[in-house]
Amino acid sequence: MRSWRIWLAAILLILTTSAIAQDLYMVRSGMAFPEAMVALQKAIREQGYTLSRVQRVDLGLKSFGFKTDRYRVVFFGKPAEIEQLGNKYRDLVPYLPLKIAIFAEGDETLLLASSFHHLRPFFKQPALGKQFDTWEKDIQRILEQVRLAD
Amino acid sequence: MNRRIRFFCAALLWAVASTASAQGVRPDGEALYQQNCAACHGSDGAGGVGVPLNLPDFLAVASDRYLRNTLRHGRPGRVMPAFPSLTDEQADAIIRTIRGWSDAPAPVYDSVRLKGDARRGKQLFTEHCAACHGDHGQGGAGTGVTFSRPREAPIMAPALNNPGFQQSVSDAMLKATLLRGRRGTPMSPITALGLTESDADDLVAWLRKLPPDERLARTSQSPIIRMESPYGFEETLDNLKKAVTARNFHIIREQTLDSGYVKAGKENKRQYIVYFCSFSFLNEALSVDPRVGLFLPCRVTLQETDKGIELVTINPESLSHLFNNSELDKYCARMHRLYSEILEEATL
Ligand code: HEC
Ligand code: HEC
Repeated sequence: MRSWRIWLAAILLILTTSAIAQDLYMVRSGMAFPEAMVALQKAIREQGYTLSRVQRVDLGLKSFGFKTDRYRVVFFGKPAEIEQLGNKYRDLVPYLPLKIAIFAEGDETLLLASSFHHLRPFFKQPALGKQFDTWEKDIQRILEQVRLAD
Repeated sequence: MNRRIRFFCAALLWAVASTASAQGVRPDGEALYQQNCAACHGSDGAGGVGVPLNLPDFLAVASDRYLRNTLRHGRPGRVMPAFPSLTDEQADAIIRTIRGWSDAPAPVYDSVRLKGDARRGKQLFTEHCAACHGDHGQGGAGTGVTFSRPREAPIMAPALNNPGFQQSVSDAMLKATLLRGRRGTPMSPITALGLTESDADDLVAWLRKLPPDERLARTSQSPIIRMESPYGFEETLDNLKKAVTARNFHIIREQTLDSGYVKAGKENKRQYIVYFCSFSFLNEALSVDPRVGLFLPCRVTLQETDKGIELVTINPESLSHLFNNSELDKYCARMHRLYSEILEEATL
């Protein structure tokens, strides 16, 4: 009696998740940079992640004529995941922790993250595949939450 | 068994029917636009990484067919992605939203090829158009509108040789675009340059012959660069820092991988990250594509494994594909070279 249920669940999953993989996730927030940054940090925490660091990418940009120097990369992860995966999959380490770039465009803010689509062919371990699925869903939820926040 | 199969089929039918009916509801074009397009084209179509879509002169010459095809094909290598997963109804809803920004009715064109003189068109193109659109129509350096980045023009000229553009546009729409220009952008009507309607035919004939860019073969690249070090941990770290600063990079931060995730003092010191950066490189790369900051500043990880000490980085060449931006290829190639050199020197 159990097997048909698994099949049904699998088919439902295929039908309801969009089959086309996206490489990058990018959203626009109508909020100014400082507010969008607060919303992002809140969304990251609410999704169950620890924010480890906000890295400036814009050091010295203004001296090159940029009108804004508001460009940061926000790093986040779950402590147990970082420790275990960082130990077990050494080749994945350059892609850890997770990150979202956030930068100002006029008085709005853009947020950007990468999917794991391009890594999947190289990391075929099923457990890691599931981990990528989870991260992709969580990252998209975080971005959606910021996009819809006001 | 039989009952189970019947039940299974019924459930399957139900699943198919319910997703189909979910799509039967008239999709919300505004919401779909905000979700899929606004990040690049602006919430109101004023542009961003993408060109503006709300200009009256653009909407007066763009047919629904052009919009639909552009959305389907994207612009390979020119940032604009293809959207194969949107349904026809969703695509139409987005197009209605875009149409809503202007009162101009949607034009309809035939697909007749114009019979201009391509050789003359080429001369006219070199004289009047190449300064903005590039020698072979490859487009300006960078895309879209300049909001916060210093660049040559307020709006960068699109790539006219792009296969996504060529597949979407008809000769008649090209001609209409040339004769009308786009007020509010650097693109003026060709009549303002003293050119005539028959010159437009010649130009269109040449635009159709523009050679597409040669793409680097997009073979699947390994996502990382790794080198093993014959030295101990401390010595390799020292070598790494020397190799980085020898190339005029500033080291901006050093930390363990788990820093911020475990209590201070409990970190694993044998998985160590060095971040570094060059302002001029950063500045150049960000003006081509503001999105590359996601992979900056540069970073090398030093780690101890069962086999010994190794240095790993991302492979920048596996990224240009991610951004769908062929202009980034050369920056990614440069970054690849740099990372490889640094790793080699540190482990030599
Ligand atoms: C001063 C710079 C400049 C010059 C010169 C110029 N263009 Fe443009 N052109 C642009 C810009 C900028 C746009 C994009 C306008 C917009 O945002 O809609 C554009 C748009 C176009 C488009 C529409 C492309 C698309 O993706 O919709 C065509 C076709 C075109 N130009 C052809 C020409 C031709 C042919 C010439 C020479 C007769 C020419 N342009 C000269 C800057 C220029
Ligand atoms: C990742 C950024 C990005 C996203 C997302 C994006 N576009 Fe674009 N789009 C661009 C860029 C960049 C260009 C101009 C290409 C060039 O400069 O050669 C463009 C060009 C276009 C054009 C041609 C405009 C003209 O003047 O002829 C249309 C139409 C268009 N996009 C529609 C859309 C729609 C509809 C969506 C959402 C379904 C969308 N785009 C999503 C970046 C994007």
